[in-house]
Amino acid sequence: MSATTHNLKRMYRFDLTQRLVAKLKQEEAVIGGIGHSNFDLWAVGHRPQNFYMLGSMGLAIPIAMGVAMAQPARKTFALEGDGSLLMELGCLATVAAQAPKNLIIVLFDNGIYQITGGQPTPGLHADYVAIARGCGLATATWAADEADFERLLDNALATDGPHFIGCKLDEQKPRAQTERDPAQIRDRFMRGMGTKKNRTLG
Amino acid sequence: MTTSLPPWHEIVLNVFKANEVKLITYVPDNVLKPLIQALHADPYFTCFATAREEEAVGILSGAWMAGLKGILLMQTSGFATLPNVLASLPCAFQIPVLMMISERGTLGEFNVGQAAVCRTMRPILDSLAMEHHTVSRLDECEFIVDRTIRQAHLTQAPAALILSPLLTGGKAVQGTGAQA
Ligand SMILES: Cc1ncc(C[n+]2csc(CCOP(=O)(O)OP(=O)(O)O)c2C)c(N)n1
Repeated sequence: MSATTHNLKRMYRFDLTQRLVAKLKQEEAVIGGIGHSNFDLWAVGHRPQNFYMLGSMGLAIPIAMGVAMAQPARKTFALEGDGSLLMELGCLATVAAQAPKNLIIVLFDNGIYQITGGQPTPGLHADYVAIARGCGLATATWAADEADFERLLDNALATDGPHFIGCKLDEQKPRAQTERDPAQIRDRFMRGMGTKKNRTLG
Repeated sequence: MTTSLPPWHEIVLNVFKANEVKLITYVPDNVLKPLIQALHADPYFTCFATAREEEAVGILSGAWMAGLKGILLMQTSGFATLPNVLASLPCAFQIPVLMMISERGTLGEFNVGQAAVCRTMRPILDSLAMEHHTVSRLDECEFIVDRTIRQAHLTQAPAALILSPLLTGGKAVQGTGAQA
């Protein structure tokens, strides 16, 4: 666990996503943010409880918050990039105010807009965990390395949130590209959430 | 006859209930104040403000996919911040995000900025091919709000309800100053 950003290990998004998905045993929901956050979620292997956000930059956390509020018994993850979070920072205050206990935010902070060519974001000096804490997410924490990330995930799955886990990323590219079919993504996700009952697809 | 009808905000609240629209997100507007107040006071509803209207589109999309129906309340200028997320989330994914917009910028507006923003609203809705209706009469309020909500849910399409100053009285024209 770490409250500051120096000495944080820069980790590989696909590896972190794989570690996260491996811990999901209760049909937890996972919302992948625009671009590479959802590409690596897809690359790890499709689950009916995954939602891949194809546009609407910045809305992965709000979408996950809506899912979490609709189904309080289901742990719900948002996987969001730092550029995307920077675009919708106010949502952290909204999350803190409503405080859905089952919401877990994982921030993938590579310091760049990787999908649009790797330009640095204006968040060069921003500490997103400090921002999350400042918004009222008191337990927000940076993951120091992979083992720490796993420990933080175990804690988030076992305790009430909302939780916020920040991860510093290296600059490796995603492993695959999500199949872009929004209606099918939504339909599969609803079956995964149990809001569509027919189980022939998924 | 119209004198026997309840006020617009009471009609709207009852239609929300009849359609199980429980999750109310808003960025406030003065005209919406009595509706927001009544929704907060009624334990049937979960009612809260978001920092931006965009956020609410995300929250409502996630909630609907997971089985909870809701609506976003805002003013004209709030709607004008939304085309990108509406096009790429509820329109693309076929999610019935409902919006109720207090129409500012017309019929006696005192703020020139509001007037300019107002003229963008219906062209944006039309270009998104989004169902939208303007409620201007108390005796039509229940029918239009109820049917629009039903159709949105049944066809999995986002929809907008515009509350005209003809219905709500709008915000009174002020002689001096320009304030939101
Ligand atoms: C409103 C809006 N502005 C710009 C874009 C273009 N765009 C798409 S993804 C992206 C960068 C996302 O950055 P981040 O969330 O940090 O993820 P990364 O690409 O680094 O994985 C940008 C700028 C967009 N889709 N929407």
